[in-house]
Amino acid sequence: MTGKNIVGIVFSSEYDECMPELTGLRTMGSVPFAGRYRLIDFALSNMVNAGIERVGVITKSNYQSLLDHLGNGKAWDLSRKSKGLFILPPFSTVEQNGNVDKINSIFGSMGYISRCKEEYILLVDCNTIINVKIKDLMNYHAEKNADITILYGHGTAPSISDTMCFDVNDDGKIIQVAVGPHNRESQDFSLGAILMKKSLLERLINEAHSMNFGSFENDIIQRNVSKLSVYGYKAEGFYRVLDSMISYFNASMDLLNPDNCDDLFNPERPIYTKVKDDMPATYGITSNVKNSLVANGCIIDGEVENSIIFRGVRIEKGAVVKNSIIMQESYIAESSSLNCIVTDKSVVITPNKNLSGTENFPIYIGKGIVI
Amino acid sequence: MARKQECIAMLLAGGQGSRLGVLTKNIAKPAVPYGGKYRIIDFPLSNCVNSGISTVGVLTQYQPLELNDYIGNGQAWDLDRVDGGVHILSPYQQIKGMEWYKGTANAIYQNINFIDRYDPDYVAVLSGDHIYKMDYNRMLEYHKANDAAVTIAMLEVPWEEASRFGLMVLNDDNSIKEFQEKPKNPTSNKASMGVYIFTWSKLRQYLIDDENNPESSNDFGHDVIPAMHAAGERMFAYLFDGYWKDVGTIDSLWEANLDLLNPKVDLDLSDSSWKIYSRTPIAPPQYIAADAFVQNSMIAEGSRVYGEVDYSILFDNVTVEKDAVVRYSIVMPGAKIKSGADVEYAIVAEDAVIEAGAKVGLRPEDVLDRDEWGVAVVGANVNVESGAAVKPKEMVSEDVKKEGK
Repeated sequence: MTGKNIVGIVFSSEYDECMPELTGLRTMGSVPFAGRYRLIDFALSNMVNAGIERVGVITKSNYQSLLDHLGNGKAWDLSRKSKGLFILPPFSTVEQNGNVDKINSIFGSMGYISRCKEEYILLVDCNTIINVKIKDLMNYHAEKNADITILYGHGTAPSISDTMCFDVNDDGKIIQVAVGPHNRESQDFSLGAILMKKSLLERLINEAHSMNFGSFENDIIQRNVSKLSVYGYKAEGFYRVLDSMISYFNASMDLLNPDNCDDLFNPERPIYTKVKDDMPATYGITSNVKNSLVANGCIIDGEVENSIIFRGVRIEKGAVVKNSIIMQESYIAESSSLNCIVTDKSVVITPNKNLSGTENFPIYIGKGIVI
Repeated sequence: MARKQECIAMLLAGGQGSRLGVLTKNIAKPAVPYGGKYRIIDFPLSNCVNSGISTVGVLTQYQPLELNDYIGNGQAWDLDRVDGGVHILSPYQQIKGMEWYKGTANAIYQNINFIDRYDPDYVAVLSGDHIYKMDYNRMLEYHKANDAAVTIAMLEVPWEEASRFGLMVLNDDNSIKEFQEKPKNPTSNKASMGVYIFTWSKLRQYLIDDENNPESSNDFGHDVIPAMHAAGERMFAYLFDGYWKDVGTIDSLWEANLDLLNPKVDLDLSDSSWKIYSRTPIAPPQYIAADAFVQNSMIAEGSRVYGEVDYSILFDNVTVEKDAVVRYSIVMPGAKIKSGADVEYAIVAEDAVIEAGAKVGLRPEDVLDRDEWGVAVVGANVNVESGAAVKPKEMVSEDVKKEGK
């Protein structure tokens, strides 16, 4: 199996409701992360790095910022004459209004999926942050002669109601699936990447749709786990599943450990993103920066500690930013001080403001707000 | 036939830049890295795009591989166009045989067919090795208003430096009275920036005449411009008063980089209305560690700083380990400054490794004889061994061993 023979499907809006602050104006896929990325960059880069050449992105609502980010797919080398990136906006004949579930969103994109000539399909969610060698997962799938292979991690399962937790035997076979179990500690849980034959997915989705089943996890995976050969592929290294604002904050802060950063931004499998022609970051004579990630285009004259500073942020002399995430184009004026704050894009903090959250409750400041 | 363009640009990028020594061993001068993420050629290319010139011919012949690869299809500068766009023009075999570009004028002459395809009214001839931000369109409007045959951009330089430049003496209407090429006793401080706009019908004929003149060295400054002057063509100077720097020497390259850290210098790369585009490497944000010290510096993505960086420019993916010191220096992509190494007043080229405890360069104050002082240069991929030293003004292209071994 090679990447050429796989079509990738990215769910850009799945689990938007977990982080209503950040997804109020955008999809999960376009949530900014790690100074210069959007969450969808990880899903797309993992696919492209495995040689996948055709990717469909399923959208649901508020996808303007996502479209702006993706453009024609050039940044991921997905702007192709044949294949490449394909945006799948909601299909209006789908009967549901509002919250369309996974089965229906796949069903609504069946026209596109059926037309693809690839034999396999890889379904990926956007709320998992990981740099994974999909080629290894592909080989594993072939080696185990599996019908379905699911990427999983170990630890505390995310608090999302339809998180799948697995009972995996020594051979790697998933023998039981629990959907949203009460006990989340020390679980083998899904990282939202599922590989199978396209024909199998078509059959399962058509069946589920005709039965009016509503849950991909319960009615497709759990229901079939004993009938089909479903395998788990265990992820190694750094990965985080976002299920809340606090998990977003913690996952970001975990990148201040260079080992995690090395793992996520492995140069052998680069994470691609939309290019902005910003100049390098500039540190002034009065700057004092410690243990922080800083993106290009920033001008820093103040004090920054344990923080993630996105592209084009300006921090004036005498300003103090600690334990915070400052998103792109925000402005922190002189003598203001921030602690445990997440500012969205283009926030302005005027002089002499003191804002502080706590480590288990960072304060979020919405896009474009002036304080 | 391509669609007609009012003005196209021809960018002279064939310069070897021999005074940049090891930095241009394997690359042409316009491809030399500058300013933390750029290459010199990004400036004229971005100026073209920002001025609305979307057809650019880049004339290369010295070590073109890296430059060609860098420019690619021009997408980074928005120069991948349906009509026009960026074209690499290397010398090629013609019916009468194959010739290298003998001079700047000959390079344009050999590409008359390329220019004619676009049937332009005007041709801008630019040099690929200067750092400046300039609106060529305003210069073109000036050229048209004067009904000139050629307009030459000029800059007032300090009188004491004037004798290093090609100078122009002007009449009251800014038409050109006289040229002085690097004169001993200058009577003007108005220097040519190497930016020309020609009316194509005029230039075309002068290029053909120049080619037919066996005495000619086929150079714009030496031959074509004087010939036009002698023939009484309308020639005007266009005053430019922004930042402009020829980065022809190690010292000027070093200076031009550190100029970016000087708030008094009029070269703002953060100005979004006149962006300088470049090919951006894929790298995560830079990491500044808990015990790092970073001040008055410019650092690009993918770099990691655990030591001290002061008054310096770090390109992408540079590592400065704990207890290493980088001051008044330029460190190019991928270079590693290991623990305890000391880099001062230096240029460290791509992927060079300065091992633990090695010393590169010295402060001018620490050198007894000031004439012995200069910027130290470590070439690409060079390894400076632990305990070894690279002296001020020295330029190394081979690995440096510890003395006495």
